[in-house]
Amino acid sequence: MDFELGDKSEAFRAEARAFLDEALTPELVERLYRSGVAHDDDFTRQLRERGWLAPGWPTEWGGQGRDGLELLALGEEFQKAGAPHNGIGTTMMVARLIREVGTPEQQAEILPRALRGEIVIVLGFSEPEAGSDVAAAQTRAVRDGDEWVINGQKMFTTNGHIGDYVFLLTRTNPDVAKHKGLTTFLVPLKQPGIEAQAVFTLSGERTNIMFYTDVRVPDAWRIGEVDEGWKVMTYSLQDEHSAGFAGDSERLLEHAESWASGSVDADGSRRIDDPDVRSRLARAATEIEVARLLQRRAAWMAHEGLVPVGEGPMSKLFSSESYERQAEDFASMLGPDGLRSYLEPTAPEGGRIEHELRFSLGTTIYAGTSEIQRLIIAHRGLGLPRAR
Amino acid sequence: MDLRPTPEQQQLVDAFGALYTKESAPERVRGAELLLPPGHDPSLWAHLVELGVVAMAVPEEDGGWGASLLDLALIAEQQGRYLASAPIIEAQVAARLLARLGVPARDGLVTFALHPARDGVARLVPAGAVADEAVVLVDDRLLLVSLGSGSERVSVANLGSLPLADIVVGASVSVLATGPSALAAHQAALDDWMVLTANALVGIAARGLEIGISYVKERRAFDAPIGSFQAVSHRLADCAAAVDGARLLAYEAAWAGSSAGGAGGAGGAGGAGGAGGAGEAGRAGRAGRAAELAAMAFAFASETARDATYWSLHFHGGYGFMLEYDIQLYYRRARAWARVWAEPGVALRRVADCRYGPVAPGSVAPGSVAPGSVAP
Repeated sequence: MDFELGDKSEAFRAEARAFLDEALTPELVERLYRSGVAHDDDFTRQLRERGWLAPGWPTEWGGQGRDGLELLALGEEFQKAGAPHNGIGTTMMVARLIREVGTPEQQAEILPRALRGEIVIVLGFSEPEAGSDVAAAQTRAVRDGDEWVINGQKMFTTNGHIGDYVFLLTRTNPDVAKHKGLTTFLVPLKQPGIEAQAVFTLSGERTNIMFYTDVRVPDAWRIGEVDEGWKVMTYSLQDEHSAGFAGDSERLLEHAESWASGSVDADGSRRIDDPDVRSRLARAATEIEVARLLQRRAAWMAHEGLVPVGEGPMSKLFSSESYERQAEDFASMLGPDGLRSYLEPTAPEGGRIEHELRFSLGTTIYAGTSEIQRLIIAHRGLGLPRAR
Repeated sequence: MDLRPTPEQQQLVDAFGALYTKESAPERVRGAELLLPPGHDPSLWAHLVELGVVAMAVPEEDGGWGASLLDLALIAEQQGRYLASAPIIEAQVAARLLARLGVPARDGLVTFALHPARDGVARLVPAGAVADEAVVLVDDRLLLVSLGSGSERVSVANLGSLPLADIVVGASVSVLATGPSALAAHQAALDDWMVLTANALVGIAARGLEIGISYVKERRAFDAPIGSFQAVSHRLADCAAAVDGARLLAYEAAWAGSSAGGAGGAGGAGGAGGAGGAGEAGRAGRAGRAAELAAMAFAFASETARDATYWSLHFHGGYGFMLEYDIQLYYRRARAWARVWAEPGVALRRVADCRYGPVAPGSVAPGSVAPGSVAP
């Protein structure tokens, strides 16, 4: 056994860290927060110049052919730094899907531009009445000659207002079992009939409700076969369910440690010497170690060509829930001062812990709620009978 | 990164698994609980000694077989899975400690007292009721205490049906080390013990969870297997994630302990970055990180084994409360094997000592009071 990622990955990590230290200026971080958009054209351009938009892709596709462990090191650093990677992440996730199952025309149209950072692709899965039960989607696509006509509404389409394409889950056959009547499309967003309505969230991130009214899409933009959209979804959701939040937790812990080391109690004693504070920090550090190991295991399995069926959801479940616990614990550990807002000059740690508390809330919800992760672990990981 | 055991390690695991299947089936574990002192199966122990379970823990240059801490950890996990009634971890920890101090291997069973003696008594010494000698820290002297004569021992009935004893340190002792080297040797041995016990607790947790899972697949209520109810399955999913996490952490601690050479003890520097040990140079840093991971692994495995065996027992309903069902064997040992040293909070304090250094009493932060740091 070996628990180190290896020299190659650590060298790549050091490179990534140096880049992030320079690129993520306090001004950029503040601007991103105030705009609520985790995507930045200039940052994306800098990544493209380094070949880091798709570092894991084969070189013939314009990638760097980096292995799974190098990508893991890069991902850990981006996550910990809170880099504006959301739009790039969804874009490359769909681009990879098109690389695998798209037509040559789709590949020629999308992949070069995605790899140059020229387009943003967003995800259109959730609906007002279909969240965790994503296969219950009701957005309709009806065939009309060589085109499809789309009508419906999607929730939580992050970057939908700045994106170029949406990877859209639609219902093409309402008369069969719900998983069997779905079809996916890549829909150009800049066309009539599509409206993005801003939704502001607790973390400060802006997302959107998207309205689709008689939107016409050529059949050439269909991804996968008609009524086989669930197969495409299963493939794409695998990535999401292997996520982890150890990097976010680490950032949170560093702020809590910095607060404890740099401040004193009413009686003048250092907070880092307070047994209660020390226990809380040590507990978080221990949980973060576990979260990181679960995350690394899932990535290592993928790197080895294994499918982390239950292992990916374990990582997502444990890391998001422990992150939430820690954020709650540290925000309250600060006492009343923990209420002072992010970017408020009088706030301890610049209010970062106050922000982490709000930000952490989404992590157990998006990319498959904790309940969905538990269903997958119980049924597919532990072999328990289907849930009731 | 590689999370697979080597083929040699897998052989080792398989060999111990095969032995325990034969020699530590649940009825043997129950039988050993009825012996006096309880929890020690002399025939199993003889098999294990024959298999080299103590000799393997000693480095080759000291005449042993030179197994790494990770090798021993994999064996400890099997001990937990099968609840083997044998003092393997204590004997291995003591053997490694003696080897570090240059003391030749002893003939009889030597155990390790986790707690320093207080008022001349070492309390709840693991295998203290059956060992021939015990390594005991008395103030700043590390002693090898002969239990055959001169020292009195009192066997203690306990939750885990373990062969524990309170040992009154008598006159028949030899001094192994004194001063800081005695304390450091004791700390290093305690780190070894925490790593191996963490792995044993992972074995208890994993097997305890398996027992619960197979029960809820079979047991029906309201016309369905109870494992199909989310009130049941979601708890078990949480336990499964924790067990996997505890195992990875226990392995990592053993791996770090293997490469750090077993030096260290709490209170070292390093590890504050928490960057998976990467980029930390130097033996001291690695040893400090290994000590931190040992305490983390122990704390997390303790809580995980506690919770997994609790839920597994609970989902048995009334049957879980019956002595006849095996889950209670796991429930009791999940607690006893860990708490014979300490609850998880004590280990977390050790983690904090490794990360932030020992508490400086009455210390005041340099500089003026920062905004927002005014206490309520």
